[in-house]
Parts: sequence; structure tokens; C-alpha cells
Amino acid sequence: MTVLTTLAIMAAGLIVSIAVAAAVYAAFDFILPDSKLLSASLVVILGVAACFGYFWSTNKLLDTLYPASGAHIVSNLTKANAIRPWLFLGPAIIIVGLYLVYPVINSIVLSFHGPNGENWTGTRNYEWLARDPAFRESVRNNILWLIVVPAATTFLGLISAALTDRIAWGNVAKSLIFMPMAISFVGASVIWKFIYDYRPAGEEQIGLLNAIVTGLGGDPQAWLTVPFWNNFFLMVVLIWIQTGFAMVILSAALRGIPEETVEAAVIDGASPFQIFYKIKVPQIWGTIAVVWTTITILVLKVFDIVLAMTNGQWGTQVLANYMFDWMFRGLDFGRASTIALVIMVMVAPIMFWNIREARKGGR
Amino acid sequence: MSTTVGTRPALTWVVHIAVLMLVIIWTIPTLGILISSFRDKDQIVTSGWWTALAPAERNVVFRAPAPNEAVEEDGRWVLRGNVFGEGSGTVGAFGISIQRPTEFEPGETAETRDGELITIGENGDFSIVYPEQPEGERGQRLFVASQEPPKFTTENYETVLFSEGIGQSFINTLTVTIPATIIPILIAAYAAYALAWMEFPGRALLLATIVGLIVVPLQMALIPLLRLYNDIGVGKSFIGIWLAHTGFGLPLAIYLLRNYIAGLPREILESARVDGASDFEIFRKIILPLSFPALASFAIFQFLWVWNDLLVATVFLGNNEEQLVMTARLRELLGSRGGNWEILSASAFVAIVVPIIVFFALQRYLVRGLLAGSVKGG
Repeated sequence: MTVLTTLAIMAAGLIVSIAVAAAVYAAFDFILPDSKLLSASLVVILGVAACFGYFWSTNKLLDTLYPASGAHIVSNLTKANAIRPWLFLGPAIIIVGLYLVYPVINSIVLSFHGPNGENWTGTRNYEWLARDPAFRESVRNNILWLIVVPAATTFLGLISAALTDRIAWGNVAKSLIFMPMAISFVGASVIWKFIYDYRPAGEEQIGLLNAIVTGLGGDPQAWLTVPFWNNFFLMVVLIWIQTGFAMVILSAALRGIPEETVEAAVIDGASPFQIFYKIKVPQIWGTIAVVWTTITILVLKVFDIVLAMTNGQWGTQVLANYMFDWMFRGLDFGRASTIALVIMVMVAPIMFWNIREARKGGR
Repeated sequence: MSTTVGTRPALTWVVHIAVLMLVIIWTIPTLGILISSFRDKDQIVTSGWWTALAPAERNVVFRAPAPNEAVEEDGRWVLRGNVFGEGSGTVGAFGISIQRPTEFEPGETAETRDGELITIGENGDFSIVYPEQPEGERGQRLFVASQEPPKFTTENYETVLFSEGIGQSFINTLTVTIPATIIPILIAAYAAYALAWMEFPGRALLLATIVGLIVVPLQMALIPLLRLYNDIGVGKSFIGIWLAHTGFGLPLAIYLLRNYIAGLPREILESARVDGASDFEIFRKIILPLSFPALASFAIFQFLWVWNDLLVATVFLGNNEEQLVMTARLRELLGSRGGNWEILSASAFVAIVVPIIVFFALQRYLVRGLLAGSVKGG
């Protein structure tokens, strides 16, 4: 009974909010057709308003159905209190269920099906994957990324955190190192492609890297096409973006270290390097692990940089881009889902670790 | 801690220099694009952006007018003109054959095999003196190594904003970003409140599920949702992408906000309850205002993430003028205009300027959010 009432109230609130928003949009569209900017901002406002409308109208409805007054005040309050959490949680549960839980299940199903998800093919997608050289290349590259990027980022972040904390203009320096965080992967790809720009030998180099190389007497290279090493040139972009993130978190952790431990070491005559590696770093292992895993998850999903800079050519393919390839160019949803599942399996250990840690710390 | 270093001035200097190096390495890539976006498009491809303030070296090949246009002056036949045409520059050296394009200094006189005397002045004025009346249509080729003054222009920005479609994409990105930032915050805040302060069966399980879902890779969701959208007729629409971003951002939002809201003092909520406020009122009048810092942190995250997203936009939006967002446009330009750095650099800068402003203005909240998400989570 309570479940039905809850669902009914949610449905009513949802329908009313969406209907009102749609009606307002239709009215505006009728009065002022063909004004792009207005219609865009109207859609924005109505979309947000419909969302507010849901919470307002469902609560209003609940209070009307079970008013906190009159003869049945106690039973009304009990019922309302049982229903209200689900009204608050409803949209979140529905959306998360639809956008994250359902896709996981559906992907598993799709991975046993053919290109358009209709005919059952058994484990054929997995067999294909096991023999596919491009998949092996992606896995190899992903492993390279997984080793290099989190390590380099955490290391550089730790170094810059330790250094910037010691000087007066450290906060300015931090801001500037942190800034690439705000830049999109595609924007960063444009920025770095300009650095790697290549002109044949003899011509004026406009890419910074080749200008330095020729300035030192070397030959210019088309860096992004040099097999194997080009992977590292792509990784540099992600390291450049993420170092600031590692720095900010590690810097906070370093500041949280009890003064006494450092003072004791100073009195014992430890050098600054010893203090850093033997006293400070061991105390923030927990935070280092968090930074490391956060970047690991990001690396597994890295896609934009590879797509924008090489599109997986010259031996730079990674899983996320390979999946995108099969989805949009190969138009084989079965194979693409199988690749997505491989990424999911690689993330899974971190997922379980997170849940365990959260349960430990939670109430 | 600074006291430990203060006793060793040499080490302090090493720290200063090391940080300076880091800052330089981290800012130079962006600086390169920023400076290039304001440079003249011919200069971008002929000299590195780090030479932007120095005069640019440019090799000009100029074909003089046809010899039969020469006019008689004091019994000789002369052609005059300027090798830069309408432009300007300073001649560093010139030559009359392709093998030796910088054989002569400006002001010197070069003599060809046919006895023509050619002089080019520093300002580019040239004269070709023929011993007798010349004939023919083919003008003499002149090779000039010129020094051009640095040229800065906003032309690149005008081009990308009005004719390359970046302006429209900017509006599209805004249309995607604003609701995709506000809607998840609203939904997450209600859910977080319920998870933090309301009693109901299954709360712990729900919370564990949310934490687990934080790391589910986006790639998983794309195909099932694309098929679902096509089946129920949502297709490629703004509503579709708002909800997609909402779904992908919700677990982290709920987790961050729940941690914050659960930390609010219990007494405030209890006294409000005693005063007869309902949960809805408590949420609106007490929880929302008090959680402003946490809401702001997540808002910045979500804003940056949605603004900078390429994958979700590529999958859930169409590839047309009305729906192409800036990251997708930029990626398209990288493919189609890969060598046109004047367009790429200006477009890239338009795409990154808003997040950078948001970043610098609200950095405090961003850092706070990062710390809440990572340090507490570990």
C-alpha cells in the first residue's frame, strides 16, 4: 500500500512538472518562433524548473494526503515519514539505475550478441577479442599508461607539493601548476600538438620540441608517428593535466602531518631530504594510494587525448578509443560492449576496495 | 617547516629555482597557444611563437614587372617598384638567383649576365636598370630575405567566432552545461539528505551501491543508452544529454554531499524538528544554505567535467550546427584544419577560457571539494 502510494505520488509529481514545462515551452514557441538564443535559454530554465517542480509538487501532495493535523495526526505522520525518504531519493535511484546499473547488465547481455544486438552469438565476441591484434596492442598500451601516468603524476605532484609549501609565492605557483586541470582533454591535445608540430629538416620549426631538438643540433622528428615512443608523448599530456590534482591533495596531506614528528627529526639532526622521505612520505601513504587509484581510474577511461591526437594510429590505440572505434566506425555493438566490459573488469578491484574503505569510515 | 630550510640559504635557492622551472614547464604550452592565437597567420607558420616579439624572418620571392614596361630615364631603361607591394618589411639581404638568395646586402648593386643592374634598398624599393630597351613578358625574379615587424591581430578570433561556427558551439556548450550542472546537484542534495538524516530500510546497502557506482566507466553506459534513446524516441536531444550527465555525475555528487550533510550538527536539525518543521522545510531552509560550500565544490567539478566532455557529447548529440559542442568542434577542426594553427589556437583558447576563469575565481571551493572526495574517501 505504502509502495503504491509512493509510486503514485512520484508519478503525479513528475507528470505535472514535465507537463507544465512543456506547456510553457510550447506557448513561448508559439509566440516567438525561430529565436535560437531565446529557445536555448528557455529550454535551460524550464529543464531546471521541472526538476524543482518535482520535489515541490510531490511534497505538497504528500502533505495534502497525510496532513499533520486533524484526527489521524499520528498515523498520518508515520505514513508520511515512511514515504518521504523515497520521494527524496526517487529521482536519484531512477536515474542512477537507468544510467549506470541497467547499462552494466545490458552490456553483459550485448557482449553475447551480434553487431546490432539481435542474434545470439555465444562467446564469439570474446574469442574474436582474444585473437585480435589491435586489442592486444590496446591492452599493451593501456598497461603502459597504467604504469607510467599514475607513477609520474603522483611523483611530480609530491615533488611540487613539497617544494611549493616551502616558499612565499608557493600558492601562486600551485595555481599555475593546477591550472591545466581546467582545460579539456581536447584543448590540451591542441596545445600539445602544437608543441609536437613537425616541419621537414631545413625549414623553420614552429613546434617547440622540434625547435629545441634542432637547436641542439638534432634532426626534427614527427613525434606522434614514432612507434612505441609516441605513446609516451601522449601520456605527457595527461600527466601535465593531472599533476596539479595530485599536488593539491598531497600538499594538504603533508600539511596535516603532526609538527612533533618533524621537529623530533630535526632535533635528531635529519637532513631535509631524510625528513621528507623517511618521516613525511611514510605518514601520507594512505593519501598517496588514493591519488594513485583516482588517476588509475582516469587512465583506464582515457579516450579524448588519443582520439584527438592520433586516433589510435601508429600504434597508440587504447581500450577506450578502440571501443569507440567499434561503436561508431565498426558499428558492431556486440564487440564494442565486450571491450567496454574489459575496461569494467579492470576497474572492478578499485570499486570493491572503495566500497570497503567507505564502509569502514562511514557511520 | 620553513625554519629547517631557513638555515640553509643554498637549499632555499634550489627550491626557488626548482619551483620556477616547474611553473615555466607547466605554463609554457598554454602560453604558446595564447600567443599564437593573436599572431598574424603568415607569421605563425614561418616562425616559432617564442620569437613573436622579434622581427620575423621571411623569405620573399618577388617577380618584377615585365621588362617591356620599363621606362626611359636619361638614356637608360628602368623599372622601379617595391618588393613588399602593399606590405612592409626590412630587407636583410637579397639575391637574383635561387642558388644564392642572400648574395647581396641591401643597397648593393647586382649585375645579371645580360648586364642588367639590380639594386634593392633596405625599405624594399628596387630598381632594375637595363642598358638598352628590354623586351619580353617574363619579369626578373628577386629573392629577398626580409625582416618583418611582429604583427598581432584579433582577426583569428573574428574568424573562428563568426565563420568557423565556434560562436554557435559556445552557445550549444552553455545549453548543455548549465542544466547538466544544476539538475544533478538538486537531485543529489535531496538524496544525500535522505541518506544522511532519514531513517529507512536499506540505507546502508544503497550507500554502498552509490560508492561502487562512482567508478563505473562511462564506456559501459554508452551503447545500452544509445539503443534505449533510439527505442523510446529521445534520440539526439539536449534533454537526453542532460540526463546522461546527471546520471554519470550523481554517484559522486551524492557521496560528497552526504559526507558533508552528515557532518552538520545534529542539534540544529533536532531543534528544527521540535519546532514542527517538516523534512522538506528543514532541507530547504537549513540544509541547503548550510551546505553551500559542498554544493559549490561539486558544482565546479560538474561544470568543468561537462564543459570539457567530448565522449558523452559525441555519443548523445548530433553532428550538426545546432548541437555540435565546442570540444567536438575543436576535434573536428583538428582533423579538417590540422595545419591552420591560427584557427586552431584561437578556437582552443575560446574553448578553454571559460573553465579557466571559473577555475581561478572559484579555486578555493574546487580544492575543498577535491579534498573532501579523496582524503575522506581514503
